[in-house]
Amino acid sequence: MNTPFFLEHIWLIPLFPLLTAALMLFYGRKLANNVVSYMCAGSVFVSFIFSVGAFFELIARPEGERFFTKMLFEWLPAVPYHMLDGRLAQFVAAWEFQLDPLSAVMILVVTGVGFLIHVYSTGYMAHEGGYYRFFGYLNLFMFAMLILVLANNFLMMFVGWEGVGTCSYLLIGFYFHRKSASDAGKKAFIVNRVGDAGFLLGIFLASAVLGTVRFSDIAPALRAGHFQTGDPWLTAIALLLFVGAAGKSAQIPLYVWLPDAMEGPTPVSALIHAATMVTAGVYMVTRTNAIYQLAPKAMGVVALVGAITALFAATIGVVQNDIKKVLAYSTVSQLGYMFLACGVGAFTAGIFHLMTHAFFKGLLFLAAGSVIHALSGEQDMRKMGALAKRIPVTYWTMLIATLAIAGIFPFAGFVSKDLILGKAYEKDVLLWAIGYFTAGMTAFYMFRLIFMTFHGTSRVDHEVEHHIHESPKSMLAPLVILAGLSIVGGLVSWPEILGGNSHFVHFLEPVVGMAHEGRFEPLKGPSSRMGEINLMLLSEGLVVLGILFAWYLYIKRTELPAKIAKSLNGFYELVYHKYYVDELYDALFVNRAKDLGLALGWFDANVINGVGVDGAGWLTRFVSRASMWWDTWIVDGSVKLGARIVWVLSFPVRLIQDGLVQSYMLFIVIGLIGFLGYYFYLAHHAVH
Amino acid sequence: MQTLNQALFIFFAVLAVVSAILLVTRRNIVHGAVFLITTLLSTAGIFLLLEAEFLFIVQVILYVGGIMVLFVFVIMLVNLDDSMRQVQFNRQWFVAGALALVLAAQFLFAIWAGRGALRLPAMAGEISPKNTEAVADALFSHYMLPFEIASILLLVAMIGAVVMAKRRVE
Amino acid sequence: MIPVDYYLFLSLALFTIGVIGVLTRRNVIIMLMSIELILNAVNINLMVFSRMWGSVDGQVFAIFIITDAAAEAAVGLGIILAFFHNRETVLADEMDIMKW
Repeated sequence: MNTPFFLEHIWLIPLFPLLTAALMLFYGRKLANNVVSYMCAGSVFVSFIFSVGAFFELIARPEGERFFTKMLFEWLPAVPYHMLDGRLAQFVAAWEFQLDPLSAVMILVVTGVGFLIHVYSTGYMAHEGGYYRFFGYLNLFMFAMLILVLANNFLMMFVGWEGVGTCSYLLIGFYFHRKSASDAGKKAFIVNRVGDAGFLLGIFLASAVLGTVRFSDIAPALRAGHFQTGDPWLTAIALLLFVGAAGKSAQIPLYVWLPDAMEGPTPVSALIHAATMVTAGVYMVTRTNAIYQLAPKAMGVVALVGAITALFAATIGVVQNDIKKVLAYSTVSQLGYMFLACGVGAFTAGIFHLMTHAFFKGLLFLAAGSVIHALSGEQDMRKMGALAKRIPVTYWTMLIATLAIAGIFPFAGFVSKDLILGKAYEKDVLLWAIGYFTAGMTAFYMFRLIFMTFHGTSRVDHEVEHHIHESPKSMLAPLVILAGLSIVGGLVSWPEILGGNSHFVHFLEPVVGMAHEGRFEPLKGPSSRMGEINLMLLSEGLVVLGILFAWYLYIKRTELPAKIAKSLNGFYELVYHKYYVDELYDALFVNRAKDLGLALGWFDANVINGVGVDGAGWLTRFVSRASMWWDTWIVDGSVKLGARIVWVLSFPVRLIQDGLVQSYMLFIVIGLIGFLGYYFYLAHHAVH
Repeated sequence: MQTLNQALFIFFAVLAVVSAILLVTRRNIVHGAVFLITTLLSTAGIFLLLEAEFLFIVQVILYVGGIMVLFVFVIMLVNLDDSMRQVQFNRQWFVAGALALVLAAQFLFAIWAGRGALRLPAMAGEISPKNTEAVADALFSHYMLPFEIASILLLVAMIGAVVMAKRRVE
Repeated sequence: MIPVDYYLFLSLALFTIGVIGVLTRRNVIIMLMSIELILNAVNINLMVFSRMWGSVDGQVFAIFIITDAAAEAAVGLGIILAFFHNRETVLADEMDIMKW
């Protein structure tokens, strides 16, 4: 049968933004801002249309057949190699696109939210320099992210993985003339790289153990290899892959780059560090869930790390004063929730939270950008306040997003977070408790943000006060759309308990069914109906408490936070300084790496230069001096010696040679006397 | 005849030796030249006594008449007043004299050892060919090559003398 | 007859005197004359032996010697003249440039 249009042309989805990115690279300088806006945002929009089309064509297929691959070209030709257990396998990778429910969700989120952020950027970046460069990088990022989610094999995914890392670096350091920005970009890339090392090792191990790097071949390979649950090799692979995910998705211990990444323009923070790139780790873990499900220890690690990261980041977020930093730590925290979900086996919950998070976190960042824009660049919440009436659209949309993230019924965040907490409770109460408590804190610090920014008394600078204005339509429209999605986003997976039929979860089931002794089993729902309702009420209660507490501290008795901070002085300082983790890393790794660099530099300057270069110079001079000595003393010496011998020998002769002919003649006579004497003597004796 | 021979011999011999001694010891060079002439003439006489008529003539004409004249010319060209006031004998006169006497002693020893061994044959009387003819004969037959060489030698000497004595164009 | 030895003694005497003159006198002209004296002594010797053997070879040799003496006197005197032009001296002691 004929392949439907959008599925057939699925490979175009990443290509549209790539095209405009290339155009920006070559001609961007010469284009007017309008043209850049229409082209770049437009290409993403076209990708979005194609994604929607592909999605519909996919769900047109019956449930069990929702899997489509499109190969563009063979990239690495097949090379035979031996697997760990001795079997022969082929190492082959192709530029092959895969569409299944999981990647369909991803491309919709990426292109949809991405498009909204592009539109927002046309307003936000309107007065910035390097407009075309920004959009070029943004489109390049879209290309890389789409490759990542549409990849059929680890290698192609890794191309996208690295690509988004590079674009993240480029965009974080967009204001490259600021040292803090370029430093942050470097930090992001380097920390990411650490994770990538683990990722690569995971890929290699996977190909050695499973004999394939193709996602769709993993499950058959697991079956063929008769792997037992808890197999150490699979655990190793899962943990290594998680290292990569931790780097990209900012989990402990590789989260340190995300707060610094706020140096980049706010749309970048929204797109890359909230909605899309940071979710790549979650996507990757979900993609390879077959391996994880056979390695429960690894899953335990994932869940624990996720939970602890969520708590940890939340505590830091409570005391931050920069509006973007609060959101950054909030992102780390929410990502922790997603990994918690994956770790307890609720992969679909994790992906669902990924989607809703993209909506409300993206919105939160864009709204924060709107606030900052209104306050002419002010980001410190201590210098904000009473803005609600002055920038109403921004206020209301941000409030909606905050309600969503806090998990207030019936907003999107409530549904996804509850799904996660419910599954966590089933698995491990401790994990649930951590997640529960963190939810409370999330509500607290998010509403702290709202109260400090929009309510209370105005602490805005006098200068800035005059210029407070609402943002242009290009910025407000995406805010409104995202707010709408934050409200209704939960509907796609309304829990059965409350009357829905969990479309989303069911939709993703084929991808994440359990691989258990050769049979795929769909995930089981929560054990008891009552249990789930109770959990929901419990979490709602805590959330409301958190909001009230925030109201109390930041509206009612605004002098209290300072007093509490003073009384908890040491602890407060610790948390405010992010538990000195950055300082710790600096001491342990960064400065040690710099030391190594210095040592190598010293080595180069002194040993290599000293011995090699200077040494060669010294050697040359030495040799030349030696040969000069040789020449002067030995060679010339032997000549002089010969001359001196002659001189010495000729001394007596010299004395004889006085230039007087008569003395010469005297010698003739002497000679003659001798001569004759001899001959006469002979003659005399001959005769006698 | 014998006694005339002997007397003449003694005369010429003594004359020769005395002139020689005087030649070597005179301060005035012209005197020296004159005494050389007498020595040469005595030698010529000795040649005649030995029946070498040709050589006698050659000695007189060539040696005395040619070479000595040359000597005298040169003596005239050279300023001698200064040199005549100088010390005449050089520093090595004693050693040189001694060594010359040693040399003489050696020769003397050799001659003395063979004294009386050789004798001159008697006068031949009319001998044919005559001395001059015989010399000419030998000169132009056996000794042709040396003769020619001698002529070339004389030529070369002539050229050399001219070149040496020419006043350089400064 | 006068024994050969007497002639030889004469020759020896002239020779010795000539040698002494060459070695001892400072004036180069006297030196040249002493050399002539030596050559003459040799000539006498040759003549005696030519008479003794009755062959004329000795005399021929003597002719050559005389020829040679002539050539030598001519050249030598030329040299003396040339040297005199340069150095205004005829004393052998003062002609010592060709030393070390």
